[in-house]
Amino acid sequence: MEKQRAKPAINYRRRRSYMEFLYILPFLLLVGLFSYFPLYGWVYAFHDYRPPFPISSETFVGFKWFTYVFSNRVRANDVLRVLRNTFAMSGISLLFSWFPMVFAVFLNEIKCRPYQKFVQTVTTLPNFISWVLVYSIAFNVFGSFGAVNSVMMDMGWITKPISFMKSSEHIWFKMWLWLTWKNAGWAAIMYLAAIAGIDEQMIEAAKVDGATRMQIIWNITIPSILPTYFVIVMLNIASFLSNGMEQYYVFQNDFNRDFIEVLDLYVYNYATSGTGNYPLSTALSMLKSIVSVILLAGANGFSKLVRGEGFI
Amino acid sequence: MSLSKEPVKRHHMHRDTGDIIISVVTYIVYALFAFVCVYPFYYIFINSISANNLSERGKIILYPMEVHFKNYASVAQIPGLLDAAKISVLRTVIGTILTVVVAAFLGYMFTRETMWKRKFWYRFVAITMYFNAGVIPWYLTMKTLGLTNNFWGYIFPTIIQPFYIILCKTYCESVPQALQDAAEIDGAGTLRIFFSIMLPVIKPILATIAIFAAVNQWNSFQDTLILMKDQKLYTLQFILFQYINQASSLKALINSTTSSSQLAASLAHAATQTSIRMTVTIVVVLPVLMVYPFFQRFFTKGIMIGAVKG
Repeated sequence: MEKQRAKPAINYRRRRSYMEFLYILPFLLLVGLFSYFPLYGWVYAFHDYRPPFPISSETFVGFKWFTYVFSNRVRANDVLRVLRNTFAMSGISLLFSWFPMVFAVFLNEIKCRPYQKFVQTVTTLPNFISWVLVYSIAFNVFGSFGAVNSVMMDMGWITKPISFMKSSEHIWFKMWLWLTWKNAGWAAIMYLAAIAGIDEQMIEAAKVDGATRMQIIWNITIPSILPTYFVIVMLNIASFLSNGMEQYYVFQNDFNRDFIEVLDLYVYNYATSGTGNYPLSTALSMLKSIVSVILLAGANGFSKLVRGEGFI
Repeated sequence: MSLSKEPVKRHHMHRDTGDIIISVVTYIVYALFAFVCVYPFYYIFINSISANNLSERGKIILYPMEVHFKNYASVAQIPGLLDAAKISVLRTVIGTILTVVVAAFLGYMFTRETMWKRKFWYRFVAITMYFNAGVIPWYLTMKTLGLTNNFWGYIFPTIIQPFYIILCKTYCESVPQALQDAAEIDGAGTLRIFFSIMLPVIKPILATIAIFAAVNQWNSFQDTLILMKDQKLYTLQFILFQYINQASSLKALINSTTSSSQLAASLAHAATQTSIRMTVTIVVVLPVLMVYPFFQRFFTKGIMIGAVKG
């Protein structure tokens, strides 16, 4: 009796286990199609691909494009240039990565709650507009007849408008400023959450002992949120080569292109330019992906070593 | 929003001068931060409703002058703008609904320990957050699938969002297991439990995800740039970008459709490059500005849950 009853139950359970898999199968196929299948496109890096002609065994050229990047003078210079820009932009971001943390620490020091909330709300807002809109704002506010030039002319500080947009001066720093304008308030939220989690009693005890505000910030607040900061730095390192192209695409113009073109943007610009080709761009983004995965694994491993847990 | 702790009771009412200096400096510095974040929006808005001959010369700085709303009527005449608005709204609505439903379903399914190879499939999906093939292979894939110059090219690749799925899974895990067990005893199947038990319970997280997904769809620019050559499929973001760079030809176009006598009568209302740029900018940013104050707490909640590892 016992056995007979157990058997259908097992069957039922197994059938259900497959059924549940079948429910998600269509979505797994979508993931395969849009996330994994594009990886197959890497084969183009090994072919002399000229659209619309399909690739075949005859077009196979092995590592030609990978060596071409380094042997062709013009391309090699291009790659060095875009790597310099990539390193500069990511480097500045990494160098100032403490900014949202400090922003959060002192925002937390504002004891007037409505004011604190107001500041937090409005500084988070730019995170939710697109880069195109950021560019539009930049164009309107910093253009020749924009607010900044108008005010400076009225004050008599300058006699003719400064072209902020059409110049390569301080472009790396300007790009960092726009990035920070857009992201800092948002990034601060995580630190504010970490600060809210600090044990009240610790702060109370410090106050009883006569600690000043700066001492509390320096000895209690900052150490408590350092783990969060550490994870952010690791993520920054993991994405060192991936600045994304959108910000730089919208801000680029003939005046600043040499200094604004980062790796992600170059891969796109080169492929879509008249003289460009797909295989070389694919080869570059392939190299980038491989280095990025190594960086990610390295940063994750380092995090495990230091904190005992990774972030992936 | 429950970020800040309860106000601390002050034992020491005495504040030293260093304390006061810190307070004053923080208040001023954060006022500046707030100003820098708000003023650009305000500036563009007051310019879009002021006399165009004044805004063109940068005379509108603090408040609007000679207020009129003709610019909003003018930009509606720009060919393609209404179509682009339609595309933007459509992709936002369809994309958001599908993304949210799929995230809810997969998030729930990945908590079903009975599922065949559950852990493996979960990782199969989650790991896609950390790599991508690159612009060109992606473009070629989309072309192979027939999704270039196709509205669904905006939708299908965005349906599966590992991050949202992780958020949903984490949320589902926090729902008491007893709820599902009880339903199961009553004979409810996997799907039944999802639709009648879990879906209503996880609504809060779905609201958060919906807001994120909608803003992302609305703001999306790169996919139009890479995939769409057909002007009928351009989104508002894309058209705005074009306008910024070619406002001069549009100015001529709009002014030519207005008769010359009207034009002479009102220099203040004739379209200028500045007026077009600013007005279109407001049109594109307005939806985000309007939902933002009401949904700000959802945004905040999203990042908090996201900070907890999935």
